[in-house]
Amino acid sequence: MTVVLEVRDLQKTFGAVVAAKDINVTVNEHEIIGIIGANGAGKTTFVNMVTGYLKPTSGHIEFAGRNIMGLPPRTITKLGISRSFQVPQVFASESVFDNLMMAYAISEETGMGLLSPLYNDERAARVDGHLGRYQIAEYRNATASTLPQGVRKLLDIAMAAVSNPTILMLDEPTSGISVEEKFGLMDIIMEALHQDKTTVLFIEHDMEIVERYVSRVLAFYQGEVICDAPTAEALIDPGVREFVIGEEYHRTRTEIAANNGGEADNA
Amino acid sequence: MRYLDKTVVGLSIVFVALVFADFFMAEWMRFIGLQSLARGAVALGLLVLWRTGLVSFGHALYFGFGAYAAAMLTLIGYHDAFLLVFAGTLSAGVLAFFLGFLLRRYRAIFFALLNMAFSMILYGVIVKTEELGSTDGFSVLTPTFLGYAPEGEAVQTTLFLFTLCFTYIITVGVHLYMKTTLGSMSMAVRENEIRVEYLGYSAEKVIHVKYVFSGLVAGFGGAIMALAVGQVDPDSMANWNVSGEFVFITILSGIGNVGATFIGAFVFELIRTYAFEYAPQIWQFILGGSLLAIIMFLPDGIWSLFSRFRKSEG
Repeated sequence: MTVVLEVRDLQKTFGAVVAAKDINVTVNEHEIIGIIGANGAGKTTFVNMVTGYLKPTSGHIEFAGRNIMGLPPRTITKLGISRSFQVPQVFASESVFDNLMMAYAISEETGMGLLSPLYNDERAARVDGHLGRYQIAEYRNATASTLPQGVRKLLDIAMAAVSNPTILMLDEPTSGISVEEKFGLMDIIMEALHQDKTTVLFIEHDMEIVERYVSRVLAFYQGEVICDAPTAEALIDPGVREFVIGEEYHRTRTEIAANNGGEADNA
Repeated sequence: MRYLDKTVVGLSIVFVALVFADFFMAEWMRFIGLQSLARGAVALGLLVLWRTGLVSFGHALYFGFGAYAAAMLTLIGYHDAFLLVFAGTLSAGVLAFFLGFLLRRYRAIFFALLNMAFSMILYGVIVKTEELGSTDGFSVLTPTFLGYAPEGEAVQTTLFLFTLCFTYIITVGVHLYMKTTLGSMSMAVRENEIRVEYLGYSAEKVIHVKYVFSGLVAGFGGAIMALAVGQVDPDSMANWNVSGEFVFITILSGIGNVGATFIGAFVFELIRTYAFEYAPQIWQFILGGSLLAIIMFLPDGIWSLFSRFRKSEG
């Protein structure tokens, strides 16, 4: 297995707040990794640091053998790491088709090519193919701001995937989606990304989704990775059950949390 | 053939018609026409910025810079219109290029007013410079055209033709540019800069390109205005109310079509000329009233009249 992303000793502090601490992660090609953790555990901070939106305080991020720490998102995107957002980032007043045309054009054109017409039939055909794979072709001419939440999420992810990235990071692809729709949505995304052989890291709160789609789990707690293991193993890990899934009795859980928190501070 | 759409055909027809009309037009009409083309060119730059989601309250900076650059060349003995207009355009573009590094970091009201601040610095410098005539400005001598030195009415006729040709090229160029990837990125930056960055392009770079373009055309407009009026002065070239007029024209025209900019500029000149002539006491009131009417009844500008008409036809 080829290592595509290697993160070593990553730290991020905002004043006295430690948002990320001693993060060490190695991602292999074609892996599907689930990032879990309670709100504020540092999941999005991790994604933001890898994609260049936030500059880590210290550490090392290596992608395809190249140090990418401190590079801006646009450079990291060009190198091959894309992301989608918890709140979809689309061109709201434009049609779904135009959103994707723009996305393709920006990711395909450089230099003088930027001065060639945006529209051409081959690009339009690529957009229609993409719409088909993400199953949003029926919304082709709808304005992005009027789309149902699930479709807007798919559009956001489809836009992130136009450049055929090596790694795609999805920030809560199923948030705001009803329980009945979640699996359908994930099936579409995973099928499309599987065809592209994309390595996927996604943040998820629903353990049923994690169990079904993910081969490996990264569990975050208070800015640290408390568990990095194959899914089946991770979901029975006592730390994960304690601080992420939360199926212990409430009383014991708070007690242990208080104890552990105290120990962590002393260390 | 792929470049020949309705707008290009329409602009070409109007261009040819105006070239012929140039020889029969009344002198006052041609003068209003020249001013409309000059101001319309500036508004064309504002239209491009507007589509990117930015409004500038300070483009008199580039208008005045272009006008003074062209006029100052006549002081040292250059009179060729091609050279003067080229110099005015280019110098304003270079200024926009440098200021762009700062301005591309600002949005909304900060962008608008920072432009205004720079324009007022230019205004202040001109007013304080006695060599440039201070608040009175100075006269610009009649230009020559590649050796041809027209006299009398022929000066304005030639200048109009000259302006018309360049404006036509610029306008068609802008129209085609807006269909390119870089041109369409106006929409992308206006709608969502984060997405643009995460698709792999710099939103600030897009804004910078648009800004330099707006500076170039504003400089062009200023140089034409200097030649048309035969005089430059800070109050009608670089003051902040001049910037306001450009924004006025942009609102009047709407951002639907490049051609609309010149229709808007022409309507603006007509309203102002007639209001000033027939109601000298309340001409500003009439100007303000018409802006109010446009915003209330045609929020997308004069161009929406045409698109509305086309819709009811189909």
